[in-house]
This record gives sequence, C-alpha cells and structure tokens, in this order.
Amino acid sequence: MMPEIALNILDVAENSVRAEADLVEIEVQIDTRKDFLSVLIRDNGCGMTQEQVQRVIDPFFTTRTTRKVGLGVPFFKQAAENADGSFSIRSKPGKGTEVKAVFRLSHIDRMPLGDISGVIHTLVVFHEPTEFCYRYTYDDKTFVLDTREMRAILGNVSLKEAEVSDFIKDYLETNKAEVDGGKQV
Amino acid sequence: MKSLEELQAIRAKMQGRVGFRSEDESQTRVVVGMATCGIASGARPVLSALADAVQEEGLNNINVTQTGCIGLCQYEPIVEVMEPGKEKVTYVKMNPEKAMEVFRLHLKGGQVVTKYTLAAEQK
Repeated sequence: MMPEIALNILDVAENSVRAEADLVEIEVQIDTRKDFLSVLIRDNGCGMTQEQVQRVIDPFFTTRTTRKVGLGVPFFKQAAENADGSFSIRSKPGKGTEVKAVFRLSHIDRMPLGDISGVIHTLVVFHEPTEFCYRYTYDDKTFVLDTREMRAILGNVSLKEAEVSDFIKDYLETNKAEVDGGKQV
Repeated sequence: MKSLEELQAIRAKMQGRVGFRSEDESQTRVVVGMATCGIASGARPVLSALADAVQEEGLNNINVTQTGCIGLCQYEPIVEVMEPGKEKVTYVKMNPEKAMEVFRLHLKGGQVVTKYTLAAEQK
C-alpha cells in the first residue's frame, strides 16, 4: 500500500508516460463542504482494450511483461474504496485512459494527500518532452500548472535546468499554499 | 499567485547556455527505479535527493533519470550507477541519507560504496 494519495498519483501517471502519452492531465479537487477529495488522471496514450482494463483492476491477473499491469491501480482503487469513495477507469485503444478516484475527505481511513507538489515536480521535470497539465482546486480556489505554457515562454530551455526546476517547485508550493491556505490535507 | 513571468527572465539568462548539457558517452547515468515497488518503498525522495545534489554542485557529467521496475522489487529503492567504461553498480534498499553517501563517495569520489550494493545484500 502507498502511504500517500500523492504517491498513487505518481504511480498511475508513470503508466500514462509509459503508454506514450504526450499530454497527461492531473486534477486534484478538494471540497470541504461536500466532503470529498477527487483525483483525475487523464492521458492521450495508447489506451487499453476492455479486457486489459479488467485485468488492471485485478491484482491477481497481472502479468509482469506488461508494465501497465500490476499493483499500482489496485492500490489506488482500494485506497479510495476504503475511504467510502469510488474508483473508475475508462480507456480506449489509441485514444487514452482516464482514471478517477474519489475519497470521502473526512473518512478516518482516508490516507493523507501527501507531498503533491513534490510529486508533480518530479513528473514534470523527469519526463520531458511529455506535457503535463495539473489543476489543484480547494473549495472555490484553483491554480493550474501547464507545461505547454511554460515551454512556450522557455523555447528550447529544458525544464530540467536548475533555475527552471527551482521555479517550478516554488510555483507549485506557493500557489498551493495560496489556494488551500497551507492546510494539511 | 505566482505567475509565469519569471520564466521570461530565466529564458533570457539561459539563452547563451543552451546545449551546455551534453548527453554523450562521457556521461555517468544514475537511474532510480520508479515503478509501484520503488515508489511504495520510498524512491521519490531518493530521486529528488540525488537530482538536487547533482544540480547544486553543477555536475553536468552526471545525468539522473528514472526507470520502471528493475525486477528486484524486494530490494527497492534501487539506484543504478552506470559510468562509461565501467561495470554497472546496483545499490539497493536506498534512502536519501544512503543516496547522499553514494553521491559523495562514488559519484564525486569514484569509490564504490560496497556495503550498499546488491552483491553485499545477497551475501
């Protein structure tokens, strides 16, 4: 089991990168009034057949030759369902995959969100040229990090360059704190 | 809210230096396993620690990257060091502190940290 929701996001998004997606969208939404935390990961990678989707959510039908298949998705599903939430995965070969997990925010068994800014930073910096669009919403406030916008400004300067990487880290942390008021989720 | 404006300045500053990072055979590759097994056992802080250290010291001949499952899940987090012309060294059961030791002694000092290698673990 992963100790944090953020690490589940990292693991599932790694699948998107390996599925040769050129755009991975990640949305984390926290709603304290409706009492939920939802995570959406959508990619335009190679996608899966209906049969593969069934396998992915069942840890006991895994094959180690296909990297998309393993414990990652079952971990995420279990974490959501343990917190009175729901989990869904939709995929189309050649189109992409969409994974959605919803947790009841106040549930005693909901794992902490964890270092989500650190995870997004890791994804963005270590997966050039894959583009990421990350949206973090806390009640009525939202911020977005879109690597396509960054690249439009940066031209051929790599996101891995020290100064750019530091900027991304700072951008994620500062804006998250502004959106959620620095609350531990 | 922090905006993207600062990136303009960074770009202007970097312009002359683009292409500085060489990706040829003289590069040392440091690879961290980041599949479910690696992530669950703490590979992300290890990757960050190594990447930050390399960046801080400006070691352009070292390229820190990540990979999927190496196939030795019970030994995760795993860090592989591939230096040109040398045999690959596999470090197992890493954490950020051990990774920093590997950074200091091996990546900077050229000395393999034998106690953390797969061979030592399997003895």
